[in-house]
This record gives sequence, C-alpha cells and structure tokens, in this order.
Amino acid sequence: MMNTSQQKTKTKTRYINPYLGGVLLGLVLIAANFISGRGLGASGAAKSTIVAAVETVSPKHAENATFYKEYSASHPEGPMKAWLVFQMLGVIAGAFLSGAVFNRLKLKVEHSPKITSRKRIIFAILGGILFGFGSQLGRGCTSGSALSGMAVLSYGGFISMAFIFGTAYALAYFVRKNWI
Amino acid sequence: MAPLIVNDIISQNTNFFLAFLIGMGFGFILESSGFSSSRKLVGVFYGYDTVVLKVFFTAAITAMLGLLFLSLFNWIDLDMVYINPTYLYSTIAGGIIMGAGFILGGFCPGTSFCAASIGKIDAMFFIAGMFLGVFIFAEGYPLWEGFYKAKFMGIPTLSQVLGLKDGIVVLGIIIVALGMFWVGEWAESCFPREEY
Repeated sequence: MMNTSQQKTKTKTRYINPYLGGVLLGLVLIAANFISGRGLGASGAAKSTIVAAVETVSPKHAENATFYKEYSASHPEGPMKAWLVFQMLGVIAGAFLSGAVFNRLKLKVEHSPKITSRKRIIFAILGGILFGFGSQLGRGCTSGSALSGMAVLSYGGFISMAFIFGTAYALAYFVRKNWI
Repeated sequence: MAPLIVNDIISQNTNFFLAFLIGMGFGFILESSGFSSSRKLVGVFYGYDTVVLKVFFTAAITAMLGLLFLSLFNWIDLDMVYINPTYLYSTIAGGIIMGAGFILGGFCPGTSFCAASIGKIDAMFFIAGMFLGVFIFAEGYPLWEGFYKAKFMGIPTLSQVLGLKDGIVVLGIIIVALGMFWVGEWAESCFPREEY
C-alpha cells in the first residue's frame, strides 16, 4: 500500500495544495496593493507591447489613430515603462523558476488524446484572439479585472468574474470534445 | 502609511523593481498550483479538476480580508488604492467574450504566459492570438469607442451598490466561497481525473 502510493506520487505531476496556493496568491495581491496601490494584471502588458510595436513600426499611424492617441495621453512615460510590464516580466521569470524547481520545463503541445495538436493550436489561437479583444473591451482580464477587482470589492470586478466564468460554463458543453 | 508609492515612501524605480518581484511571486504561485496546464484550468468547467475555483477564490477572500484589516488598523488608505471603474456594458460584453476565449483557448492571459515560460507551445499560440486580439481592438477602436465608454457608473464597490458595510459583504463572499469549495471537492470526487 505504502509502496504503490509512493510510486504514484513519483509519477504524478506535483502541484502545491490549491488552498495554500490561493492564500499565497492573496498575500501577493495584498503586497501589490500595499506597495503600489494597485492589483495584479496581465492583459495590460499585452496592450503596452502592441502600442510600443505600433509606435515603432508606424509612428505616423500611432499619432493619428484614436486608440494610440488616448493611450499616450494617459501614459506620458511611454508604453513600456509601465508597472504591469515589469510585473509580467516577473511572472515569466517566476513561472520558469517554478517549472525548473518542480521539473516541468518541457516543450510540448498539451491536448486531450482525443484531438490533434493541430486542432488544439487552432483553438488556442482563436481563444487568444477572443481573450485579447475581450480584455480590452472589459478593461482587464481574469487577473486585472476579476481577481484584483474583487479584492478591492470593485463592482466591475464582480461583474467581470461572473460573466467570464458564466460564459465559459455556458459554452463548455459545446466544446467538450476538445477537453474530455 | 500605505500604499507606499502613492505616499512617496518609495521611488518610481523601486516601485518597478518591486513590481518585478511581485510578478515573480505571482508567476511562481500560478505555475506551482498547476495553472500552466490548460487541461487542468479548464477542468473547473467540467468538474474533474476545480483548482481554478479553489486558488482564485481563496486568493480573493485572503486579499479582501487582508486589505480590510490593514485599513481597519489604518495601515493602508483604501481610498488611495486603484479600483477599476465600472462601465456596465463593456464590462459585461468583455466578460462574455473572455469567457468564450477561456473555454476555447484553455488559458487566460496571465496563465498563458506562465504556461509558455515552461514550454507549452499551445500557450505560445494563445499569446500570439491575444496580441492579435488586442491589435484588432486598437485598430477598430473608433467602431466600438461609443460602446466602450457607455453606461459609466463611476468606481462603485459592491458594498456601495448593495448598501452594506464592507465587512458584511466580505463575510458573505467568504461563506459563498466556502460553499463553492465544498461543491468543488464533491465534483472532483465524482469525475475521474487523468494526469496531464
């Protein structure tokens, strides 16, 4: 009995207890508010990158199009000198470190055995496009709007959370073959 | 006293450096909780793995409670903390589109970066798609600018909307979260889970 369970834990991918993970994440979120007066985020860094890219590739277009004009008016220091950009660089480093510690660094396409890698990638791109667009329309994604918003009891944060999860539940049945 | 940056206790550069460290903590915790796996994340929508529910809501109630206590002790001025403004229509529409992106793509932006940094190729394509999605929003901005800015409600908190004290609202959310954890544990015991 002892032996089989030990073998099991050896082959199993080891993750930390989710409630412990949640408490630690909550503490990081408190630290962000305490130090920087703001919550965590992710999609904002993607926006910074796009604005920086457009400003570099086509400065004329960036000067004329409303979106980029509004952005640079509210971000006088430029798109890349932003809190979220530094935070996201940290996320990449931290996740890599965790992957190294728990021995999970491996190049692969993760997908259900019932679908091909190709199908998984097509859906990943499609999902990414929707998430990228939705996060701009909704002024923040799962971390920035939903989680960080909820932590400061933002009404918008709760609405974001409810509609992100609600829609995913509503659509889960139709794409079940991709996952289960 | 806090937020430190608002009260000029730390400099802008220190703030950016600490942002990097905070991000490292964020990324490390997400990855070590299993958020670098799309099949694990999406499990919450089918019941076979509810790690998202547990981590997300434990983090939310921990942070709510922590900030509430810090403000009670006057260690942090919550009026100086950024609260996202509420534009009702775009928040709802954005949430619906993100929810669709979540169930199709298997990630959200933060988790896709975590997954990509440990080598998940599907996450790299998700990120490429996400950049494209942001670009489409930026380029087509005049088309949806009106909708984006419609129904601005200011920066209300849930407690203001409900007309209750912060503490009561937080208590209610904690009770709801505990109920959801119970449902999550029950669901996991019903559905088989593979290792991925």
